[in-house]
Amino acid sequence: MEIGSPPSGNIITTRLDKIVNWGRKWSFFCYPFVTACCGMEYMSTAASHYDIARFGAEFPRFSPRQADLMLVVGTICHKLAPVVKLVHEQMCEPKWVIAVGACACSGGFYRNYSVVQGVDRIIPVDVYVTGCPPRPEAFLDGIMKMQAKVDTESMFQRRN
Amino acid sequence: MAEKNPTIKKLLAKFGGQIEVVASPFDKMDTVRVKRESILDVCMFLRTEDDLDYDLMRDLTCVDYIHEKPRFEVVYHLYSIYNGHEIRLKVRLEERDPTIDTVTSVWVGANWYEREVYDFYGIRFNNHPDLRRILLYPEFVGHPLRKDYPIDREQPLFEERKETKGVR
Ligand code: SF4
Repeated sequence: MEIGSPPSGNIITTRLDKIVNWGRKWSFFCYPFVTACCGMEYMSTAASHYDIARFGAEFPRFSPRQADLMLVVGTICHKLAPVVKLVHEQMCEPKWVIAVGACACSGGFYRNYSVVQGVDRIIPVDVYVTGCPPRPEAFLDGIMKMQAKVDTESMFQRRN
Repeated sequence: MAEKNPTIKKLLAKFGGQIEVVASPFDKMDTVRVKRESILDVCMFLRTEDDLDYDLMRDLTCVDYIHEKPRFEVVYHLYSIYNGHEIRLKVRLEERDPTIDTVTSVWVGANWYEREVYDFYGIRFNNHPDLRRILLYPEFVGHPLRKDYPIDREQPLFEERKETKGVR
């Protein structure tokens, strides 16, 4: 193949970022930080009926060190806040966070002494999924939004 | 009626001036108001007297009557497993000095109840073996079930727990 002539046959050209992001966004390793009722919706999303495997995110890792997508699913109270932070710090770069449900996004209806008013006070959040609890469709929509966001990033970017 | 209750008869005979029978219109449970100084003696009497034998402390809690004086009321629910009778004790505490003797020497199970009341209402129990917060964390400021604790006050966020003694 001469330099300058268009590639043909079994070759595709792409950018490095593009192909790395393609790999990242179709193989999320989720760490489900499930604390409350929203967790039920996560479980049904992750089960066969809604088939989260379509997005390559079907494999929950229960160690933050093996995960790259943290799902904060449920109410986070002040007593638990240091634990959320510690778990997030244990995850390796690149890492993302989805806040699932009204409680994780904003404290929900718990405007009281015990609940953190949104998990974004402790850790950076990429995607917020609304609802109390969000339906599995909303949850999957959040995963798709997350994929779209991952696609815009560069592999050399330091995220924190 | 309350006066027919053998427990109350015995209590009145022994602690006449220290206690007062009060009505409990909601549940008709026999209720006695006790002076703060004699709560330990009254409890010990109820626990050890032969045919009273209140061996189970079912509940210990507190009420904040913010517009009344004295402000706080500590409530004890006692039950005798053997005799099947029950009684409620109430103690009023002033806002400026919310302290009362612990009853952990009478019922060991009172320990965590008293810690809970301390945690949420700031009542101090004298001679308690381990008076720490039980449900909230050590850095918490204030006592959230007091009626003057603002409903939307936010606590400062802590990155790490300092105190690791006891329950983590
Ligand atoms: S958002 Fe609603 S369903 Fe989800 S954890 Fe909070 S209260 Fe439960």
